[in-house]
Amino acid sequence: MMRFSTLIKHPADWMTGGQGEHGAVLTSRIRLARNLRRHPFPGWSKRDQRAAALDLMRPAVEALPAMKVAFSHELGDLTSVQKQVLVERHLISREHAARGDGSAAVIERRQTFSLMLNEEDHLRMQAIRPGLQLSAAFAALSELDTELETSLEFAFDSTLGYLTTCPTNLGTGLRASAMLHLPGLVLSDQIGQVLQAVNKIGLAVRGLYGEGTESLGNLYQISNQSTLGESEETIIRRLERVISQVANHEQNAREKLLEDDPEMVADKIGRAYGVLRYSHIIDSKEALNHLSLLRLGGTLGFFAPETVMLCDSLLMDIQPAHLQLHSGRKLSPEERDSIRAEIVRSRLHSLESPDNRISAKDEKNLPDTPTPGDL
Amino acid sequence: MKCDFCDQKATVFLTQLVEGQMKKVCLCDSCAKERGVTDPTGFSLGDLLLGGLPGGPGTVSAGTSQTHPGNGRKCATCGFTLDDLKRVRRFGCSDCYATFREEVGQMVRGMHKGTSHVGKVPEGLMAIQFRNQRIEELRSRLDQAITSESYEEAAGIRDEIHNLNETKP
Repeated sequence: MMRFSTLIKHPADWMTGGQGEHGAVLTSRIRLARNLRRHPFPGWSKRDQRAAALDLMRPAVEALPAMKVAFSHELGDLTSVQKQVLVERHLISREHAARGDGSAAVIERRQTFSLMLNEEDHLRMQAIRPGLQLSAAFAALSELDTELETSLEFAFDSTLGYLTTCPTNLGTGLRASAMLHLPGLVLSDQIGQVLQAVNKIGLAVRGLYGEGTESLGNLYQISNQSTLGESEETIIRRLERVISQVANHEQNAREKLLEDDPEMVADKIGRAYGVLRYSHIIDSKEALNHLSLLRLGGTLGFFAPETVMLCDSLLMDIQPAHLQLHSGRKLSPEERDSIRAEIVRSRLHSLESPDNRISAKDEKNLPDTPTPGDL
Repeated sequence: MKCDFCDQKATVFLTQLVEGQMKKVCLCDSCAKERGVTDPTGFSLGDLLLGGLPGGPGTVSAGTSQTHPGNGRKCATCGFTLDDLKRVRRFGCSDCYATFREEVGQMVRGMHKGTSHVGKVPEGLMAIQFRNQRIEELRSRLDQAITSESYEEAAGIRDEIHNLNETKP
């Protein structure tokens, strides 16, 4: 059985693949909710009923070809730090992390699929991909779902679709979401307008860690709310269209900022660089907000393009539980802030100052304002 | 003392009698708020424990502590009542949707873009259900055949059931 340390050792492909054409879209996630027929839902089960449902599901899930090499553990076997690390990586939900025996997490080796057993629903399956790839993520997850159907009897009703614990998930049981990085819209004060428009067409906007979390580092999640009455394809197509539009707005906003107020942009990015390179105590909020600007700088040509990937993996590694895992012990908030600063400094050690980069360009007679890179 | 749900410092301490047993829970401010502990009207420690206390779920037996006598229908499969539904806005098992079809209709309206499912249908599941139904039919025919002492027919039916059980859809 795969150990926790093996699973977590490397960043997942989807964590560092979010540049290129869709630099504003970090990741795409698909979640499907399924339940077993005749078994009470996890929240309404007695301990032995929950165990019986788990005993049915776990072998079926572990037998999936995609799960040949997988991390599979009951939540009671994991420490609270381990569970929190999985939450920070978006592999299990906060609700799931609060559970113990009778609930399990089965996560594919490359962390592209993760299945929560006995969460709010019997089965919550997730697929994650880098960039804007909701359709591809859905196709892969749906295949896995179809395979499970041959061994598990899912609760389904011809009118209400897949039956879920909460009626908000009825029908397709589908939640499709994308994580977007929108510093251009925030700096140009257009974010409120854009998010309001997104909300108006029935899509939900949330912060970095889902429901009720605040937006940090200019990161936003956009997802569908309605799950009944439209096919998976319709829901996903609409979402992909809206997300590309938002990404386009973001790119335009970045270009316009550079054109209208290049000094302000250079100042923000330069300050973020300074703080991250030289601070010795930094809390998570400050670090996220500066990393956001560094990432922006990476896409605008202030830094080498690889900086975007560097920021994306740091985003994960500076979270509280990741820090505790890194140092192998429980840390006070003060200790966390200094270890966080240490990690950031060491990772950014060889990152050249944006001023050097620009003056190097000057010498080669290149334009003095950085050209907008790929978004 | 730490919160039972997260790592924060616990500020709310709660003791309640659940089925004659003393149960204690420690919560931080935000978890207390999230779980409605500070709202005196709608809180039961049983729900909290059943709602996923680390290491603790299932220590209180479900169903019995939560069924309120007297008020209307009750799901035959899991014992979930209309009162439970009004309180938690979630269901007890998939059969509840048949038991409370009318209420579901009301809840779903306005919640989603439509009221009936469009999209993926579990083909594998349909095949399983079809097969199980067929086996049940055959079993009752088998009983009849045995009662009427038509043993040759019974043997044929028995083989058919056997075959259906062997093949996976």
